Amino acid sequence: MTTEYDPYLFLAVFLGIALVFPLAPLGLARLWAVLYSNNKPGPIKNATYECGLESKGDARVQFRSDYYLYGIVFLIFDVEALFLLPFAVAFTGLPMGAIVAMLVFLLLLVEGLVWAWKKGVLSWT
Amino acid sequence: MSWIEHLSPTQQFVLFSTLKVLCVIVVLLPTIAYSVMAERRVSAAIQDRVGPNRVGPFGLLQPLADGLKFILKEDFTPAHVRKVFFWIAPAVAMVPAFMTMAVIPFGSTLGAQKMVIADLNVGILYTFGIVSLGVYGIILAGYASNSKYPFLGAIRSTAQMISYEIAMGLSVIPVFLCVGDLNLGQVISYQSNHGWLVLYAPVSFVIFLVAAFAETNRLPFDLPECETELVAGYHTEYSSMKFALFFLGEYANMIAASAMMVTLFFGGWTLPFFGLDQPATGILGGFLHIGIFMGKMLMFMLLFIWVRWMLPRFRYDQLMDLGWRRFVPLGLVNIVATAIFLWMRA
Repeated sequence: MTTEYDPYLFLAVFLGIALVFPLAPLGLARLWAVLYSNNKPGPIKNATYECGLESKGDARVQFRSDYYLYGIVFLIFDVEALFLLPFAVAFTGLPMGAIVAMLVFLLLLVEGLVWAWKKGVLSWT
Repeated sequence: MSWIEHLSPTQQFVLFSTLKVLCVIVVLLPTIAYSVMAERRVSAAIQDRVGPNRVGPFGLLQPLADGLKFILKEDFTPAHVRKVFFWIAPAVAMVPAFMTMAVIPFGSTLGAQKMVIADLNVGILYTFGIVSLGVYGIILAGYASNSKYPFLGAIRSTAQMISYEIAMGLSVIPVFLCVGDLNLGQVISYQSNHGWLVLYAPVSFVIFLVAAFAETNRLPFDLPECETELVAGYHTEYSSMKFALFFLGEYANMIAASAMMVTLFFGGWTLPFFGLDQPATGILGGFLHIGIFMGKMLMFMLLFIWVRWMLPRFRYDQLMDLGWRRFVPLGLVNIVATAIFLWMRA
């Protein structure tokens, strides 16, 4: 009874059940729709939702390039956070040199942040 | 319990894993349903209204009635959408919220079983990995709807969620500087020996709390579904059960965020008195610990609901400014300050 199991197996079982949870109601709703209340589409009902106005043009509208810039900065800093976690775990036993090395790494990233800030990437105008 | 010994290891594994997972789901589903109910009642109380009180005693059967209504509503798929993505988006939005719960220790022990679904030694890394997946449901919904409001809502939401993920990721690092282990069970045992981590890393807690609001798209950061500009954001074109899944997914995310905050900063299932900070020996103690965890989690849920009806919405530039130009530098300073403090003490 006290046998240790691979925790990732539990995770797999949980994923299975977590998948059932959204799929079952979707299936149930679909079943009800097929059996008792078929779709009654119409031109108005099928129209794109736009606050009562007729929809103009394609839905693929142009959007600000600022979103891309945030995406790129995100990539750098997300990886940074990942590198910081192992550092945090090993912290108590680290020698002075390793801590200084980590602070230098941190400083380089702060420099990146300052650069992006100066470039105006982080200000939404 | 002798019949358990006769089962083969594989059968035992299947039995215990299924039991544990089923218990979690059985507790989780009503919690989600009733947090919706609580939201409606609390908002009614704040706005001096009555709120839903007709279905059953004190309106307690309202979640059931809502669920039934969602199933019976016309399951409509507009003609202009990309059907496959339109259908899988609600499921993709829902599953990560559930998967986050898997590593959270919601109690000490019950019998010989640890009360955590998967006791991973990289707990927090797993959590951040799964939380990042939450973005996909939203961006898929916005893309598949093939309509302007959902598209803009999805893009906004993505930018917001990835920005605050950075703040969240940086905010937890001081916690692990103190603890020295990524396993969430170890985080709790550290707290039972040394006191709650909110006392050691208050700045981390503040950043994490605000980032949790932004990650779950709750007011004051509900820009992705801000009614005055984008109708309902990424789920404008959704109706019936598919909409319900997005809606419930938001509450599941809130519960997961509350559970994370309780685990990381507020001692998880421990209480610092009556000897409740050590793993339970009996069945009763085990249930008591689960109760304590649930109690703390519900306090955070109430905070989420309360804040929603108290604060106005941020503007988008204010939101990004707060995330990138306030919280990211603050998080970095916090890491360095905590590291220097711990190093000086050692």
